[in-house]
Amino acid sequence: MGRVRRTLAPYLLILPGSLWLLLFFVIPMATMLSLSLQQGDIVNGYVFTGHWQTYVYAVTDYKTQLVRSLMYGAIATVALIVISFPVAHWIAFYGGRRKPTYLFLLLLPFFVSFVLRTISWRQILTDDGPFLRPLKEAGLLEQNFHILGTQFAVIAGLVYNFLPFMVLPVYVALERIDPRLVEAARDLYASPSTTFRKVIFPLALPGVFAGVLMTFVPASSDYVNSAVLGSSTTTMIGQVIQAQYLTNSNYPTASALSFVLMAVLLIGVFAYARALGTEDVMKVAAR
Amino acid sequence: MSTPSFSDPALLRGMTQRRFGRRDALRFAGLSAFGAALSACGVSGQGKPAASAPPPDAVAKYWADKTKGGHVDFANWPLYMDPKHPELKKFTAETGITVTYKEVIEDMGPWFAKVQPQLAAHQSIGYDLMVITNGVQFGQFVNSGFLAPLDHSKLPNFKANAGEAYKNEAFDKGNVYSIPWASGLTGIAYDPEKVGRKITKLTDLWDTSLKGKVGMFQDTQELGNFGMMVLGVDPAKSTADDWRKAADKLKEQKSAGIVRNYYDQSYIDALGKGEVWVTQAWSGDVFQKNVSDGTNFQFVIPEEGATIWTDNMAIPITAKNPLDAITLMDFFYRVEMSASLAEYINYVCPVPAAQEQIKKDAAKASGDDKAYLEDLATSPLLFPTAEDYKKTRYYRDLSNPSEQQQYQQIFEPIVLG
Repeated sequence: MGRVRRTLAPYLLILPGSLWLLLFFVIPMATMLSLSLQQGDIVNGYVFTGHWQTYVYAVTDYKTQLVRSLMYGAIATVALIVISFPVAHWIAFYGGRRKPTYLFLLLLPFFVSFVLRTISWRQILTDDGPFLRPLKEAGLLEQNFHILGTQFAVIAGLVYNFLPFMVLPVYVALERIDPRLVEAARDLYASPSTTFRKVIFPLALPGVFAGVLMTFVPASSDYVNSAVLGSSTTTMIGQVIQAQYLTNSNYPTASALSFVLMAVLLIGVFAYARALGTEDVMKVAAR
Repeated sequence: MSTPSFSDPALLRGMTQRRFGRRDALRFAGLSAFGAALSACGVSGQGKPAASAPPPDAVAKYWADKTKGGHVDFANWPLYMDPKHPELKKFTAETGITVTYKEVIEDMGPWFAKVQPQLAAHQSIGYDLMVITNGVQFGQFVNSGFLAPLDHSKLPNFKANAGEAYKNEAFDKGNVYSIPWASGLTGIAYDPEKVGRKITKLTDLWDTSLKGKVGMFQDTQELGNFGMMVLGVDPAKSTADDWRKAADKLKEQKSAGIVRNYYDQSYIDALGKGEVWVTQAWSGDVFQKNVSDGTNFQFVIPEEGATIWTDNMAIPITAKNPLDAITLMDFFYRVEMSASLAEYINYVCPVPAAQEQIKKDAAKASGDDKAYLEDLATSPLLFPTAEDYKKTRYYRDLSNPSEQQQYQQIFEPIVLG
């Protein structure tokens, strides 16, 4: 009896999780896959015809937006690493007893809704807003100058909105570095920059890796920043999918685009994991 | 009443005011509606395609067994009635019919997607009366056979008081399925201070000296209409060829860097912040913005023409209390009621006689209210002049799904560059 229970225990333990995944991941995914291969319109309904050409049209029509989204996601991710590393480094090594306070301050703005924060930036950066108006009146900028509606605004919005998702994993990785390793490096006459390159950075890599996963994927598929801060020249693939679903009720195209995006991101992530070594990922995951 | 009174101030008001709040609300609703659409998408049911004209006995057949239920469930857009619902209270006092009023319609696409499965399954959607805009989804409602044919013998006030222009609109000739709630114009709004000159024509939207300061609508029909009208094409009669030419004209405007962005309801905010100086606009918003923010924006009906849209009352075919619903529809066509509604919502009033009523109300009022109502009674945005009406164009009927898809494919790349 006891043996049976012991054999069953692991399965019982994963049961809730499996059911959850089945209900909210596998079933919707299967529905969407089927939808992407259907044909029709909202009035007459959609019928499964295995019309895979939708994928071809979707990619041909929207490759610009797809490439643009990946590019914005990549630029934002690199910018995030550059910005987050010093912040995380400082908190981890010089934060002392106040570390929790600093982390709390870092997270504080993110207690406000994502959409609201993005709209606030719109208010601040607008052409006649509190930031640009004085500069224009002082004659430092021409009247036509604007930040909103540019690629810069969209990428900056992405960087801002995903900041904690990079800082926190990097911080966790740095925080776990044994200070004695740094001391040892110094004892062995390593310069500060060598210490950073040879000791600190390699040890922080798992954190960076996790951070990249947590920012690149959502940043590439984001549609709020581009919708709020961008213009018609910065349209991202998420906006296209949203418009196809909601405005046009063109469910097959929207589903096909979602799958293409997912496939591209998955391939990207796997390639990236291979290049950097999956062991590190496992280590980060194990924490 | 042969000349539809576009000089009705109610018209102007309507055009200037409500769309703001309503479309704004939508924008965010859209974010959550995305999830709803996702979950709904697996079960897109079949609507029964029906001819747009019902068989002659359809009205008699539908209404034959309908009896008074004593209640109406009314679905409308946000900010489309005084929150105290004075008209509905009066209706209940007079007829004994109670009304549950819900502001549940936020955007036509999602609304159609939401009620379509129930209607296709012949189930009640929980509403006896709804207000839907002319356009793609209106055609879809009609084509799917989702709207009850109206018995005009039950609409005496509509017959007596509705402006002629509202009795023969292209999307529902002869008001087979719907009667108007309110209308508005799509024209141009601008900030005279920044532009420094008068804007009078659609071609001003292609003026390179306004580079980066022009706003256009992201709604493909609104956008396409302007592209067509600037080429002298009447959108209602346009062909796929006209669409392509209009799209080229609009692409030219975009690639020259004249267009700052393609907006939803947020355009009025962009105008207020100086992001755009000249923009496509819905008539009611400008009036409202000027009243609430003290701005001095102008709304113009362009020389080449402006489009007129109409929000319409219609009865879903599966309504539980259609008889009560049609009674309420007609009630809003009493002159006092339509005036009272227009005084609050400030959109184009389909009842020309309401203008006199508002003047009477103004005479009775005092102080600020008096000035406000007097303003309203003469506002061309509530009651456009006959001259204004001449310049109005109607929307192209896109109820044919393949035409609609073709239309979208032509204009969408402009907005979703």
